[in-house]
Amino acid sequence: MDIDLSQFSQVFFEESIEGLAVMESELLKLDIAAPEPETINTIFRAAHSIKGGSATFGFTSVANFTHLLETLLDQIRDGQRQMTAEHVDLLLASVDLLRGMIDALMNKGDYDNDKAQQLQQRLSKLLAEDAKSPTKQVDALPPAEEQPNGWQIEFVAGVDILRCGNDPQLMFAELREKGELDVRLQASQLPPWHDFDPESCYLSWQLTLHANVSLDEVKEVFEWVEDECQIRYQPLFEAEPTTEAPIAEDTAVDKPLVKAPDLKSVPQNKGNESSSIRVSTEKIDMLINMVGELVITQAMLGQIGRQDEIGPESMLLLQQGLEQLASHTRDLQESVMQIRMLPISFAFNRFPRLVRDIGQQLNKKVELELKGEDTELDKTVLEKIVDPMVHLVRNSLDHGLESPETRRKFGKAETGTITLNAFHQGGNIVIEITDDGAGLNTAKILAKAREKGLVGADEELSDEAIHQLIFKPGFSTADAVSDLSGRGVGMDVVKRNIHELNGSIELSSQPGKGSRITIRLPLTLAILDGQLVRIGRHIYVVPLVSIYESLQVAPSRINRLGEGQELIRLRDEYLPVVKVHQVFNHDAEAREIKDGLVMVVDNSNEKVGLLVDELLAQQQVVIKSLEDNYTRIPGISGATILGDGTVALIIDVAGLVNLAGLRNGKEHAA
Amino acid sequence: MADITLEQQTEANQQYLSFVMAGEEYGLDILSVQEIRGWEATTVLPNAPVYVKGVINLRGTIVPIIDLRQKFGIKTLEYGATTVVIVVKVALEQSQKVIGIVVDAVSDVFSIDQDEIRQAPDFGAETDLKFIKGLANVQDKMVILLEINRLLGSDMLPDPATLSNILNSLDLPQAASA
Repeated sequence: MDIDLSQFSQVFFEESIEGLAVMESELLKLDIAAPEPETINTIFRAAHSIKGGSATFGFTSVANFTHLLETLLDQIRDGQRQMTAEHVDLLLASVDLLRGMIDALMNKGDYDNDKAQQLQQRLSKLLAEDAKSPTKQVDALPPAEEQPNGWQIEFVAGVDILRCGNDPQLMFAELREKGELDVRLQASQLPPWHDFDPESCYLSWQLTLHANVSLDEVKEVFEWVEDECQIRYQPLFEAEPTTEAPIAEDTAVDKPLVKAPDLKSVPQNKGNESSSIRVSTEKIDMLINMVGELVITQAMLGQIGRQDEIGPESMLLLQQGLEQLASHTRDLQESVMQIRMLPISFAFNRFPRLVRDIGQQLNKKVELELKGEDTELDKTVLEKIVDPMVHLVRNSLDHGLESPETRRKFGKAETGTITLNAFHQGGNIVIEITDDGAGLNTAKILAKAREKGLVGADEELSDEAIHQLIFKPGFSTADAVSDLSGRGVGMDVVKRNIHELNGSIELSSQPGKGSRITIRLPLTLAILDGQLVRIGRHIYVVPLVSIYESLQVAPSRINRLGEGQELIRLRDEYLPVVKVHQVFNHDAEAREIKDGLVMVVDNSNEKVGLLVDELLAQQQVVIKSLEDNYTRIPGISGATILGDGTVALIIDVAGLVNLAGLRNGKEHAA
Repeated sequence: MADITLEQQTEANQQYLSFVMAGEEYGLDILSVQEIRGWEATTVLPNAPVYVKGVINLRGTIVPIIDLRQKFGIKTLEYGATTVVIVVKVALEQSQKVIGIVVDAVSDVFSIDQDEIRQAPDFGAETDLKFIKGLANVQDKMVILLEINRLLGSDMLPDPATLSNILNSLDLPQAASA
């Protein structure tokens, strides 16, 4: 049978990337002084399955490299070699390299070959060194009569095994009690369906038992069926640095057959963002239930619809049905959303590594605490939040946390703590990044802002207002601030990215105690809390997160600046007002500011007023793309469908303000 | 109307949906037609070109509506109960868009052999005729076959004068439609 293996490659890639994530997180958890055997085992297993898979699929470069890793890990596992920090570094670098290699295979790109060569040499050298100067443990190993650390069992069940009341599953369960068991099913002997006898057994199994048990102990399990079945035992010496054993075990033809009924549990630790989602069957079941309910409701409504006349009785039924329909629809929507939800640990997973690397670079001692990792978040939001978070954590490490010496001087523990916390709060998800570092240096930020002309020389600002300054675009260049507080590097970009997700970001800081950054995000990008506004006969949606307040402005508070621009005075601020109808070329009732409502909105931390005719309802809207069938429209971020079936456009505040600016420019030019 | 299958619709023999606009008859490859609808009020898009009448909600999809008269630079008619929107699928380089076009009335479905299509006359370099596939005679009528992907797919706009130019210079058998 010839099988095109390439169709399974994607599965291999996904599994390998998961495996690498497991290796990475376990390596980071590892206590070098006293490594847990189970941790090392987990790392070894991940490496081992990557090696097996890559060999099966013919990715020899990956297989060869992983083989070295496996050998090293195996020596550590067997106690032949003491785990050192150098090993961990080397292994982490190898994980990075493998990730690059697999990425390259996936996207048919290239990986860093020099680095691969280098690492491979370092690994080989390391492995060779110890072979030359064997430690006492190596001596202790009997060369010939080595105790096998496992058994490879080929179990071909007899046809009548089930009729005799024997159940292979029970035997496997018994084996499992002895150690780690890998069960692979061979179903190639299954007859065609019309010849199939449900009482006969046509299956055979390849069992790999990782346990220090004697042959007798293993044989005992199969004692009852010994006569009816063919059983072959082979000792397993995984320490042996030859590629044969593991590769032979998953020969190319067996692999796909074997893969599906594999009894291995799904790896718990997943770490990358691929375009597919693994959804628990529970979620799918819920969805199917929900659709079932919906079908019943629909049948009920249909029945009422078929009646010639609708009397009071059926009217009541109709109302009930519609209520049910509404509730089912809501549930269904929720369940569908659930499918896109992934735990935030997907995003958090990368931080232990990041913090470790940067901490080493900066010679800072830091501990990372992760909380609320199970909090679920829409996949698209999750993918987009990672970059801003990386930026913020890096900032905290670089500029927030002090060096161990400084910390000691101020009477703090040498090791700083950075905490990532995620939790739900009223339809939003909140992500907090807290550090116990120095906090923002308000005096220096203010001085810098004065120097840049962002704050007047005599102007005094509250601490909060000063904190807000670091979100200003003017504070974004590294050389401008990094020698001072540094906290402002690219913060405007972070803020913009979060705004694009319809989220908000807040910052609080206490000198000497640390800072906390709070990111608030909607649970999904597909739905938005919107404020409906009317401009003439047009209805637009403004995202609720960007609105501060809406007000009528008395003529005395309106100032004209130059020719085009009008400002309003709101408490002690002057805000520019964008006349939306002008920018969008619409008719409107309120052509002047005094005639309409001014909606104060946030445009990258600047307040701007939008002139509209009337505020309508606030509601959740489902965002639809305009670009699918049309093109991007400046000032519009998308569309939605209102309750009456008509389309309303969603205003992109930044785009609108930009457009208004352009218009003014043109008018001036003309 | 006979069943149309892909097999039957070969290069040599294609089916076209014809529609009328300002007394002229135009043909559209029937495979690009998704559905035909009546006119309904649209949501106007800010700063859109004049021929883009806005967007409608087509069973949950946002579909732009284009007035073909305006796109061709012909005087518009008032929309009424008989105004027809043909929803077409436009194949672009990477994607497919669904766009509605407003026409005066839908006329007929007919088959044309590839051999029967005449090239549109050459009007020199300044007139861009890429959106016209050719001209065909159907039952004594002249039908202008449109290349819908080229017409709607790009931002390219036919010069408003172009079409009237073509129509005027082609000595079309006006009697048929008059």
